[in-house]
Amino acid sequence: MVLSMRIVLATITLLWIGATTPTLAEPLAVDEVAPGIFVHAGVPQYADGNNRGDISNLGFIVGSEAVAVVDTGNSPSIGKGLREAIRQRTDLPIRYVVNTHMHPDHIFGNAAFAEDRPVFVAHSNFLSALMARADGYQRRLEEDLGTDEARGATLAAPGQTVEPPPGVPLRLDLGGGRVIEVTAWAPAHTNNDLTVLDTATATLFAGDLVFLDRLPTIDGDALGWRKAMDRLAALPAARVVPGHGPASAPWPQALEPQRRYLTVLIDDIRGIQKRGGTIEQAAEQAASSQRSLWRLFDEDNPRNAVTVFAALEWE
Amino acid sequence: MSTTVKRLTVTVAALVLSCGIASAQLNSPKESTSQKQGDAKPDDYERWDAVREVYFPGRTIEDGSAFLSLDAPYRAQDAALVPVTVKAALPADAGWSIKTLTLLIDGNPVPLAGKFHLHDEAAGTGHRNLSIGTRVRVNEYTLIHAVAETTDGRLFSAERYVKAAGGCSAPAMKNPEQAMARLGKMKLNLPQSVPVGGDVTAQLLVSHPNHSGMQFDQISRTYVPPYFIRSIKVSYAGQPVMDVETDISLSEDPSLHFTFTPKAAGDLKAEVVDSKDQTYTGDWQVIPQPAS
Repeated sequence: MVLSMRIVLATITLLWIGATTPTLAEPLAVDEVAPGIFVHAGVPQYADGNNRGDISNLGFIVGSEAVAVVDTGNSPSIGKGLREAIRQRTDLPIRYVVNTHMHPDHIFGNAAFAEDRPVFVAHSNFLSALMARADGYQRRLEEDLGTDEARGATLAAPGQTVEPPPGVPLRLDLGGGRVIEVTAWAPAHTNNDLTVLDTATATLFAGDLVFLDRLPTIDGDALGWRKAMDRLAALPAARVVPGHGPASAPWPQALEPQRRYLTVLIDDIRGIQKRGGTIEQAAEQAASSQRSLWRLFDEDNPRNAVTVFAALEWE
Repeated sequence: MSTTVKRLTVTVAALVLSCGIASAQLNSPKESTSQKQGDAKPDDYERWDAVREVYFPGRTIEDGSAFLSLDAPYRAQDAALVPVTVKAALPADAGWSIKTLTLLIDGNPVPLAGKFHLHDEAAGTGHRNLSIGTRVRVNEYTLIHAVAETTDGRLFSAERYVKAAGGCSAPAMKNPEQAMARLGKMKLNLPQSVPVGGDVTAQLLVSHPNHSGMQFDQISRTYVPPYFIRSIKVSYAGQPVMDVETDISLSEDPSLHFTFTPKAAGDLKAEVVDSKDQTYTGDWQVIPQPAS
């Protein structure tokens, strides 16, 4: 409660001022997956004191005039580490910070970039989705990573939002012919998913619209997600940076494991419903054939099944 | 037990519960009649003693485990959507049956999830075999209870311990636009075969956000106002099947599994009223098949 009160003290513009950010941070290890595109791959785990919340993929794109960051990690210290990694490589201004969706492991490092005064870019549904959950996210951050991290995890309202279709992608010019395209999607993994496409290198930052290794989690619309995959596959990309999994993978092949999982999950649940089965049976049985293919399957699959079962009841 | 002391304690307990602080202390905790469940602690039973005095003041509640069962996952996948099923199979020679079933989530700010008034076309006899299921929010690790009131005025309970937390304050609606677009829509699911005169378990779904009043929105810096379904009345061929009083503990898009006995073709009707006094109705024709 103390923590949420601190959040409540934010200004009416919803701009939360970073009161404290951790001072020292090791630069995160990053791979240059394509010229000027750097990615840090998180571990396929839940956030805890050992991994410090280093559980999702983060990256940055360097143009000739500016830098764009894509996702900032699950804590201020992870965000700080990402910023250190940027500063090891370039002194160019960090002009944009794109949050691919409202989940904590993609946004709680935002405070580390406050001093750069970037434009925070997010989906037009981002703020309402985040604010409906921020209280719980803050509490969980404190439980998982401690009070200091939670205190530093302040957030800024997006300075620029992107509308899903019929809205058009946002083009951000980083200089030297590097223009990145930020696309907003209809509800899929969440109701506020964004992707970032670097046309110069045909590299797609998919955010959590693409999972590899770690089981996809559904916090939006499973059917919408499966539909979005066809459009994702058609994007002119040669490689993808998934939200979870390796730093990069060939595109669109990287989509296949997730497509299979979601398809089996949906089909299994439809079958269970057709036989008059229950939501409890779905939690136990649905997609069990996919168990050996994913990390955190036992942790996340039953809940996915419950979510999808309740959604498919309205088909 | 001293009636005066008890009544005073009950008032305190009711106040404490209504403030959302779920642990109420009694001066003289007494032994619970029902069997202990899993990880339930003495505190959980003290809380049950407080809760039962709120809903059944001064009444004796007997152990119903011989004919009454309560099913729920020990560890819930989603605390905002915990499936709960109550089943009863009365002894063949029982001269009584079940008139109402009350489902209580002890640890919730409003423990009452639903009070099911059961009807049978043979008026007054109630149900002998029944299965009622719904989905509830669970705010913290807690015992949950089903209390059956019999036609001869006795109370029996079954209980279960559930590990789930945060279900009341969990944000609603993964896809808010879609959810609000179908507000008040209803769906009836029937099994593939509906035999004449057989016990048929149907599922009624009502699309409604069922906001608990505990979901905090930081844009408005307030709690999303409670907005929930208050009552559901189900009838078949003009005869009441079940009237349910509900509260904030039901999950978003409330789901009810219930049993009815179609002796001939008829309309199954549902009338749902929410906390803004909006009424939604559903009407489905049911044509039972002769048993082969």
